[in-house]
Amino acid sequence: MSTLDQQLPNSADDMNPFAEVDFFDLEKSLRRPRTLMSVLLSGLVTVMTLLALGPLFSVVWMLFWRGGRKLSIAVFTQLPPSALEAGGGFGNAIAGTLIMIVIATLITVPVGVLSAVFLAKAKPEDKLAQAVRFAAKVLTGFPSILAGVFAYGAIVLLTGGFSAIAGSVAVSILMLPTILLTAEDAIRMVPVKMVEAAIGMGATETQTAWMVLLPTALPGILTGVMLAIARGAGETAPLLFTSLFSNYWPATNGHLNLMQPTASLAVLIYNFAGMPFENQVELAWAAALVLVLLVLITNLAGQALSSRQVR
Amino acid sequence: MSTTADILETAETTVCQPPSRWQVIADRTFRTACHTFAWVTVIGIVFIVARIILAGVPAMREYGPGFLTGTTWDPNKDAYGILPEIWGTLYSSILSLIIGTAFGVAAAIFLSEGYLGEFVFGALRVFNLHFHPFWTHLPQRLEDLLRNLIELLAAIPSVVYGLWGIFVVVPAIRPVCNWLHLKMGWFALFSTDLSGPGMLPAVLVLSIMILPTITAISRDALTSVPPKLRMAAYGLGATRWETIFAVILPTASRGVFGGVVLAFGRALGETMALAMLVGNSNRISVSLFSPANTLAALLANTFPEARPNEVAVLMYAALVLLAITLIVNILGAVILQQTSKSQQGAH
Repeated sequence: MSTLDQQLPNSADDMNPFAEVDFFDLEKSLRRPRTLMSVLLSGLVTVMTLLALGPLFSVVWMLFWRGGRKLSIAVFTQLPPSALEAGGGFGNAIAGTLIMIVIATLITVPVGVLSAVFLAKAKPEDKLAQAVRFAAKVLTGFPSILAGVFAYGAIVLLTGGFSAIAGSVAVSILMLPTILLTAEDAIRMVPVKMVEAAIGMGATETQTAWMVLLPTALPGILTGVMLAIARGAGETAPLLFTSLFSNYWPATNGHLNLMQPTASLAVLIYNFAGMPFENQVELAWAAALVLVLLVLITNLAGQALSSRQVR
Repeated sequence: MSTTADILETAETTVCQPPSRWQVIADRTFRTACHTFAWVTVIGIVFIVARIILAGVPAMREYGPGFLTGTTWDPNKDAYGILPEIWGTLYSSILSLIIGTAFGVAAAIFLSEGYLGEFVFGALRVFNLHFHPFWTHLPQRLEDLLRNLIELLAAIPSVVYGLWGIFVVVPAIRPVCNWLHLKMGWFALFSTDLSGPGMLPAVLVLSIMILPTITAISRDALTSVPPKLRMAAYGLGATRWETIFAVILPTASRGVFGGVVLAFGRALGETMALAMLVGNSNRISVSLFSPANTLAALLANTFPEARPNEVAVLMYAALVLLAITLIVNILGAVILQQTSKSQQGAH
């Protein structure tokens, strides 16, 4: 009791409970180290974020400035020039990249989507499902060059030569985890009600999957496919010693030939970037612009699709 | 008076029927197919890893552990060693991880604290537009835009970063680096001059490439800190940064750490930017400006023209790279998994 009495204000200020509070002490003032520190750190973080974005703008600016100058119809239709030749283009590299991406997508999509259907339906304690998920996560961090090493050992040595097929296989290894994990998420997001309704109407599991699960999850699955394509198109390391490079169209006698060395945009950029010839370097920048546009458009298309997903 | 039986009798029999034989077969086939492809995924990955290991075994037998400590790479003398490459891989990854983490976590805090939204909202309030139906969404839109821009950093192919590094980064930093070498050459980090490609440009580009990974995962970890904790800290009178340092970062630390480890895995395996920028020279040096080499760059540069005997040795190098990255990645995945478990308890 006595201590409480002492703490209470004595006489005149009895009615004012805030008498002893120093209001200046509560004010937010920049003169205090605490507040100043807070403001300074906020500024620091802002500056660091802007600095982190600097390279993005620099890359985009350089691509349009140096690559955009060189861009013309000829660049898309002609073959790469030899050492001191003027002009030329990288039509065969665009064709090669597209061919390998299409084959890699054809390999990956069935495996990825069907595995995802399996994963989404499996019980959490299913050992195989856990193994698939673990395998996909391991692949997410798999160095891209090792996919090339594998394709070299498994396909180039087996078939006896560098080929577009070997390149596609190497790229498909890197595309698989994106497609698989995104498709699983998309299928899991399908409302349980819809699945139960289908089962209630007597649909078999397959009918449920084809008529309810996959159509509903389609935007999500396509997002994954688009992101995987965007990643695959930009991969260089796995192509260096699987599809190698070629100065010619990926065809022999007018027919598409998948079993010969094939050019790709990424490898072309790598090869031409190190050359001492101005024309080649300019072509490398133009090819980089085309590649980045290809990747960005695919990426944005994928993101646009994901916003359409049923939630 | 109709009963249930009547309704059943009048109902068309074609609507209610057991699955036809074809439907049963399709169902079985599809389920088996799903199961098979799940197995294909697992076996495929086991096969990939086994193929790389098996390809490396002959060279492993021949050169043994001395391969890991040797410092020369000379196909003419049949002498192979990858100590400089192991050193280069770890050195470049750790340096870029330091830079990438500093900027990546800063960007994650900037995004999760909603600084940009606050700033734009404040700016709108000056013009008294902050509740205008058109402008009111602007802060959120810009926040999303900023997040997407940082994610775009990850979308640019590494070979384009390599090209950019050669023609933009190297010329830009060369005068600064050479001045540092001239004035402070006694300091180990600046003990050589930058003649072109070298460790520092490679590290800078590499840190840009791993930044989006760190930012995305850290941001997720920071935003999943329960708001109650933040409110409690503000209620006790903490400033924003006292809250961030004492409450938010420690709570999210495991998520941030998992992201950093995954980014480390990515840095170790990154090939193209390094192959184009690091200089491909077999030497061990702490100098930031000295050319060096990494395991992935060695593979990329040597493989296309390698002789059969050299290929076997390169397979051994690939095996070493695989071992390092697998350990780091699995570690990162385990940390992230435990984080999500402990976060579930916090809510």
